[in-house]
Amino acid sequence: MTQPATLGTPLAGSPAAAPGAAEPLLTVNNIEVVYHDVILVLKGVSLVVPKGQIVALLGTNGAGKSTTLKAISGLLSAEEGRVRQGSIIYQGRDIANADPASVVQAGIVQVLEGRRIFKHLTVEENLRVGTVTRRDGQIRQDMEMVYHYFPRLYERRHQLAGYCSGGEQQMLAIGRALMVRPQLLLLDEPSLGLAPMLVQEIFAIVRRINAERGTTILLVEQNARAALNVAHYGYIMENGRIVQEGSVAQLKNNPDVKEFYLGLTESGTRKSYRDVKAYRRRKRYM
Amino acid sequence: MDFLLQLLVNGLVIGSVYALAALGFVLIYKASRVLNFAHGDFLALGTFVAFALATSLRLPVIPAIILTLLCFFVLGLIVERVVLRPLIGKEVIAVIMVSIGLSSVIKGVMYLIWGPGYFLFPEFMPDVPIIIGDLYLSPVHLLGLAVSAAFLGLFSLFFKRSTLGVAMRAVADDQQAALSLGVSVRKIFAVSWGIALVSAVAAGVVVGSITSLSTEGLSTIGILVFPAVIVGGLDSVPGAVVGGLLIGVLENLTAGFIDPVLGVSLRSVVPFVVLVLILMMKPYGLFGTVEIERV
Ligand SMILES: Nc1ncnc2c1ncn2[C@@H]1O[C@H](COP(=O)(O)OP(=O)(O)O)[C@@H](O)[C@H]1O
Ligand SMILES: [Mg+2]
Repeated sequence: MTQPATLGTPLAGSPAAAPGAAEPLLTVNNIEVVYHDVILVLKGVSLVVPKGQIVALLGTNGAGKSTTLKAISGLLSAEEGRVRQGSIIYQGRDIANADPASVVQAGIVQVLEGRRIFKHLTVEENLRVGTVTRRDGQIRQDMEMVYHYFPRLYERRHQLAGYCSGGEQQMLAIGRALMVRPQLLLLDEPSLGLAPMLVQEIFAIVRRINAERGTTILLVEQNARAALNVAHYGYIMENGRIVQEGSVAQLKNNPDVKEFYLGLTESGTRKSYRDVKAYRRRKRYM
Repeated sequence: MDFLLQLLVNGLVIGSVYALAALGFVLIYKASRVLNFAHGDFLALGTFVAFALATSLRLPVIPAIILTLLCFFVLGLIVERVVLRPLIGKEVIAVIMVSIGLSSVIKGVMYLIWGPGYFLFPEFMPDVPIIIGDLYLSPVHLLGLAVSAAFLGLFSLFFKRSTLGVAMRAVADDQQAALSLGVSVRKIFAVSWGIALVSAVAAGVVVGSITSLSTEGLSTIGILVFPAVIVGGLDSVPGAVVGGLLIGVLENLTAGFIDPVLGVSLRSVVPFVVLVLILMMKPYGLFGTVEIERV
């Protein structure tokens, strides 16, 4: 399961981190997603998530990132969405339009955007919900594991989750998903609404989870800089399509990515992108 | 003073029954936001089924009751599957109309089989009152109280301790998040209906053994459940218990102190007056969920 060769290299962008280097855990083939049978949101998206790696899916608000994750986890069905075309191959099986509970049982779990912890349950009860699909008796042990990664959750374990801080709630959302013992963790904007210090803390833990537990991660972010610091490979999405992909080193050196997603140079030539950047900045520091 | 104490005790006994009935109602609402207007009718139907098993089939009373509880758990699963699941995502009013329709159907069926008469459960307890000081307690009343309390205790343990119980609360809190962790929301809806009918039948049987049985009288408990759950907060299980006890006690105090003075029966009006007063002060009820807002 674990792949020391790639996991051992902490810094992304080494040649070994290219997707071809490891066997794919998940392959999304040219999927189209529609909501309510009419609103076409994904217009042929393909991506590969190699086993044991962190793959970043970047893009601005409304690009279709969350929709991509929901297509994989099966949560689309709860919003009247559907994969209309293409396939999603996980461990040799097409899971497009599968029932969400069966996808979780197969080892994929999505951490929803906006944390979505159970406010009226205690922290520990939140973790407990992550074990509904499990039949083994090692639940106590896994709770210890979650507390090991997130010691703050241990301190608050008997508190109602609704009263935890934003950072703690994000930790709980990730910890709760770890209780499923996933092979593939889908993270939707874990940095949303958090102070920069906390973003760093959480991303460092995400990297440790990947390295130490061998959990493969598909990380959706608007905060490209934070995401590219932990990922091995990245895709950039705009308007329901993948418009760029590459190793982290390639993406970091790509002038467009530098300008529009990392905000490294100032240039006023394309107004729409400037608006986007301003939006992102506001969001990050809110 | 002793009269007051007697009224309080009687109030608690009947209140615990309301609490039990209210619990089932709240459970369905919490899980699926369905207001089940047929709750009282399921309660009446279950009580009469237990009665029929005990009298027509001559089963001993306790096994007859247990068998009925099991059957109604299954009936709950079936009702959810057949009647309510097709309505998931439909307008609230459509779901309410269906539950009202269900209520009429059950009433009709009961009327066809048992008519409007009054019946008595076969006695299964010695009817010798236990006298403590000036307080008269019938064993049936005490047993009723004990049974209600035991059921309420069991349910609260279930919600606190079992993974399924915690998952049910999670679904009530955030359905999509629960779904994302592999909770089968359909299963949770079904189980809520199963448990709700069990609690309704348990309540009905307790009332049935304390007083007489009539389809009319038992169905009415479904109406009294409304003030109980709304006073407690529509989505709060502890609220249902407190609301039920409160309504039971108030009813008895009214019957004992106010009705004799006025010469008219106000006992069934008072719960609704209290309901209005409490809602004016606390719109979500005493224990209802207020959004948790962090500051
Ligand atoms: N449940 C839904 N019904 C209809 N349209 C939706 C739904 N969810 C998302 N969309 C639309 O799909 C597009 C992509 O949304 P989303 O996947 O949430 O983007 P992102 O996560 O990249 O911000 C948006 O235009 C959004 O309005
Ligand atoms: Mg999104």
